[in-house]
Amino acid sequence: MIWIDTLAQGILLGGLYALFAAGLSLVFGIMRLVNLAHGDFIVMAAYLILLLVTLMGLSPFVAAIIAAPVMFGIGWGLQKHLLNRTLGNDILPPLLVTFGLSIALQNALLEGFSADSQRLPTGAISTASIDLGVLTVGVLPLLTFGSAIAVIVGLNQLFYRTELGRAFRATSDDATTASLMGIRPGNIFAIATAIAMLVVTLAALYLGMRSNFDPNIGPARLIYAFQAVIIGGLGSLWGTLAGGIIIGLAQTVGAAVNPEWQILAGHVAFLIVLLVRPRGLFPRAVD
Amino acid sequence: MRTDTHTPPFVVSTHTRASQIAAVLAVALVAVLIFLPFFAGRGLIQDMFFILTMLVLAQFWNLLAGYGGMVSIGQQAFVGMGAYAMFGGVILAGMDPIPAILLGGLAAVIVAIPTAFFAFRLQGPYFAIGTWVIAEVMRLSMAQVKALGGGTGTSLPRSATREMWATDWIATVFDVRNSAARDILTYWLALALAAATIAAIYALLRSKPGLALSAVRDNPEAAKSVGVDAGRMKWFVFLTSAFGTGLAGALIYVQKARISPDAAFSVTDWTAYVLFIVIIGGIGTIEGPIIGVIVFFLLQSLLADYGSWYLFTLGIIGIVVMLVAPRGLWGLITDKTGIQLFPVRRRLSGGALDT
Repeated sequence: MIWIDTLAQGILLGGLYALFAAGLSLVFGIMRLVNLAHGDFIVMAAYLILLLVTLMGLSPFVAAIIAAPVMFGIGWGLQKHLLNRTLGNDILPPLLVTFGLSIALQNALLEGFSADSQRLPTGAISTASIDLGVLTVGVLPLLTFGSAIAVIVGLNQLFYRTELGRAFRATSDDATTASLMGIRPGNIFAIATAIAMLVVTLAALYLGMRSNFDPNIGPARLIYAFQAVIIGGLGSLWGTLAGGIIIGLAQTVGAAVNPEWQILAGHVAFLIVLLVRPRGLFPRAVD
Repeated sequence: MRTDTHTPPFVVSTHTRASQIAAVLAVALVAVLIFLPFFAGRGLIQDMFFILTMLVLAQFWNLLAGYGGMVSIGQQAFVGMGAYAMFGGVILAGMDPIPAILLGGLAAVIVAIPTAFFAFRLQGPYFAIGTWVIAEVMRLSMAQVKALGGGTGTSLPRSATREMWATDWIATVFDVRNSAARDILTYWLALALAAATIAAIYALLRSKPGLALSAVRDNPEAAKSVGVDAGRMKWFVFLTSAFGTGLAGALIYVQKARISPDAAFSVTDWTAYVLFIVIIGGIGTIEGPIIGVIVFFLLQSLLADYGSWYLFTLGIIGIVVMLVAPRGLWGLITDKTGIQLFPVRRRLSGGALDT
């Protein structure tokens, strides 16, 4: 019985990791850029929500709705004015610029909010649960998982059903040719990063409601997100969800065996997949 | 082509006038630094130890990223494993800390083999995060080794640090206490390691394999087409870099004499700082890390009292340098003056214009 419970927890935790990873996957898919500050942006969005909650007395959900357009704007500006200047054949500039951004962001948050652990106030929802007969699952983990699926369905719809999605795919395939067709790659990239920041805000909302956070946890979130993307296979959002679930399962099972092994178990699962399927479980992109 | 085969029609050289002067000055500088403990206080010796060990880490990261094209964020893996192997040699096998430093280099190479095996499956930016994940695996694994203090860490036994090779002799010659003698000893070792590192990397880059290395970085396909074994070059550079980083890690922890997984595998201390040193100084040059480490040390001394603002500033400086002057301070200096202290570019001179 306890094992079924552990497995269910692991799968639901995977939803949170898929939310961490979806933004990373989206940005990489379109412009081959890995934002090393991705985890720190999640933490920053969590603090933004916390700030709105404490200053205006809002519920975290309402605060996230207000924070989302702010993060959208930050993402747009960041891509348009900073990251677009680093794109090119050389992989060094984007890596080093986003790494510098990660260090700067962490320490700015540390200076602004101190190293104390914070948590978003949740009220009744954090303890509410649903009885499914064989097991009982929390409403919040279920909501997280549902949001992850909604985000992936939404992004896939955006990608394959809309004009913007067509522009995304065209730019991803060949930015030069796309620009001949009247698309401005710089703007497309800015919109992509801005959308990724919307997903980041959602991830931050659930991160902040489910666990404590402090300015230093960003890099670990980046690593989980990265592992989910690689396990799933580059370019496949459903694969990213599967990758998130695998990391979530490995961590929960590892923690059930020995609490010290939680994080290590996730890393080991990642290395095993890398060993057996170097290109991930559901590879789509060629690179 | 000239048919005359008695005298070579042209000369391929890498020397410049500046490089010959630099070589003489470098030898003189090393000589002065050897005698530094005779007239410098303990504080300066400790600062110099920090500068020299960071310089070694920076040179090896530069070899990996600047020449080998492999941008790693996992160098702390080798610092940590080197340090832990040295501690293992001292605590578990009863070795003297000084020879145990070699054990550190060896251990780093041994863990670098599986690391490379996994990380080489990832391309570009994913290679960077992959090396980071592997460093995290090592940090979490070492926290499980209870014999070496587990998650809280441990210290070198007093007996081992007191009776370390040559410290008695240094204590007598300089008439200082045992702890100060240890600082002088580790300083000399750091100086030797830094000088050997720069000399070895310089020699490598001027050799044929060094040329192959630059070729692989600039265009792997073209390099392969002229017979360069790109895969082997990557392995060679990765393992060399791990070895040097492991030695430096072990040496740093002989001086610290206290270890914990979080400190020994710190991404900030052993990779972020090193990255900024190389970027600010100029990536892909031997001079760059030297300038970078000096600037880094000055910044640290200036901003030491400002806590996190120091790291914040460092991050911003890194971004600005990457955007404005991607080849760093040394790149700016070479562009203005054309000086190269450690030239690795081959220049053709002599030969006849008529054919």
